[in-house]
Amino acid sequence: MRRRHSGVVRVTHWLTTLAFFALLVSGIEVLLSHPRFYWGETGNVGETPLFSLPVPSSRSTVPTGYGYVLPDQNGWSRYLHFQSAWLLGLTGVAYFVSGLRTGHFRRNLVPGSADLRWSAVRRTFAEHVRVPAASARDPLSYNLLQRLAYVVVIFVLVPCVIWTGLAMSPGFAAIWPATVTLLGGKQSARTLHFAVSVALVLFLFVHLAMLVLAGFPARVRAMITGDAEVRA
Amino acid sequence: MSVVSRRMLLTAGLAAAGTSVVAAAATVGRRFGLVPPDAAGWFGPGETLTYAAHRLVGRHAMAREFPREMISAKPFANSTRRRDEAFLAHQATGFTTWRLAVDGLIERPLLLSLDELRALAVSRQITEVSCEEGWSYIAEWIGTPLGAVLDAAVVKPEARYVVYQSHDEDAWDSVDIDEARHAQTILAWGMNGGELPVPFGGPLRMRVPRQLGYKSTKFVNRLVVVDSLADWGTGKGSADAEGGYSWYAGI
Repeated sequence: MRRRHSGVVRVTHWLTTLAFFALLVSGIEVLLSHPRFYWGETGNVGETPLFSLPVPSSRSTVPTGYGYVLPDQNGWSRYLHFQSAWLLGLTGVAYFVSGLRTGHFRRNLVPGSADLRWSAVRRTFAEHVRVPAASARDPLSYNLLQRLAYVVVIFVLVPCVIWTGLAMSPGFAAIWPATVTLLGGKQSARTLHFAVSVALVLFLFVHLAMLVLAGFPARVRAMITGDAEVRA
Repeated sequence: MSVVSRRMLLTAGLAAAGTSVVAAAATVGRRFGLVPPDAAGWFGPGETLTYAAHRLVGRHAMAREFPREMISAKPFANSTRRRDEAFLAHQATGFTTWRLAVDGLIERPLLLSLDELRALAVSRQITEVSCEEGWSYIAEWIGTPLGAVLDAAVVKPEARYVVYQSHDEDAWDSVDIDEARHAQTILAWGMNGGELPVPFGGPLRMRVPRQLGYKSTKFVNRLVVVDSLADWGTGKGSADAEGGYSWYAGI
């Protein structure tokens, strides 16, 4: 048996999982009170939306075309959303500090220069598409595509979802206005928050599909106990 | 010393240290006004972290103000409760009968007409109303800074919150004394160059632009300066908090 995931990686992985699902459920609930998106600083039912989601709303003031109004769940949803955001943020800080100190990013996530040669990229991609389970052959390391996916999620999508979320806060925008002005306005921030969230949910689907293909019980066990079975 | 017992010792030590840090933080937090009135319960930690962080970093931060050309052509008034007979009677007089009562922990109780309020001080701001539902609009708000009203009433040193009540009795709310004295917290009686229309809260509404729209209560008719919110409702500080929404809405 050899160690696959460090203690910090395992604990932060499951705390992030908890925060992610809480943010997803509560985020959908809050979204239902106004399932319309705008671009720029302002937007409301008097203005033409950039796009609307074809779902009912929890507010009677939103013209959805449905003949009914969903129950208002925004109270606990908002409380849960921001508490989970704190959990995600604090977990993220612990993960980043530890990752920098232990060399986790360099060793496990950032692709090696040999992997980035064009022939290697093509080979990895072809293998991965043909036999996604192939990565299971080496349970101790990530291939190029896995590394790129994790790097994009950890260093791009999660920071962006936090940024666009903070940009919607009137209190935070007062403290640091550039958070929202750089995004082109509060409604742009909200629309981008939705787009990045969708990207994260798509990643989750791929992540879970790959897990199933590679052997769900073994991979989940590795993320809980830290150990990976290696056949000599 | 074996690895297991060292680990147990470390864990116990960390747990003890953690508990005392949390206890000390709670004491310090209450002393410096960093704990919101709805901090009890499951979501207390998140609420307290947000409120404390905003108060530590941005106690005096200013809400964004916008150029005049960004004022929304179509502001959205949202729904309000049906106005009752008493309100319609005020409206019939052009709101000359409307009064703002100020009492609680002050030296000089006040009962101000809208003209008397306007005579105290005038402040204008072009700020965004952001609803917790996600929509928003920008308008020019004209009113009297809440701080000017508090100065006229001469607030006692033990004051910590200002409770505001509405003609709609179900819509009371409160802010801490820093938010109340913030330059952009105003009692608005004008909008976009004219009088404040009734659908937008006329004749008088609170404007708290550093927080979400639901803190900007419409039809305000009474201010009460207090040192504690414990005696108001169940002690969570606002009608919205009683209804499950967070008291601090700066997020």
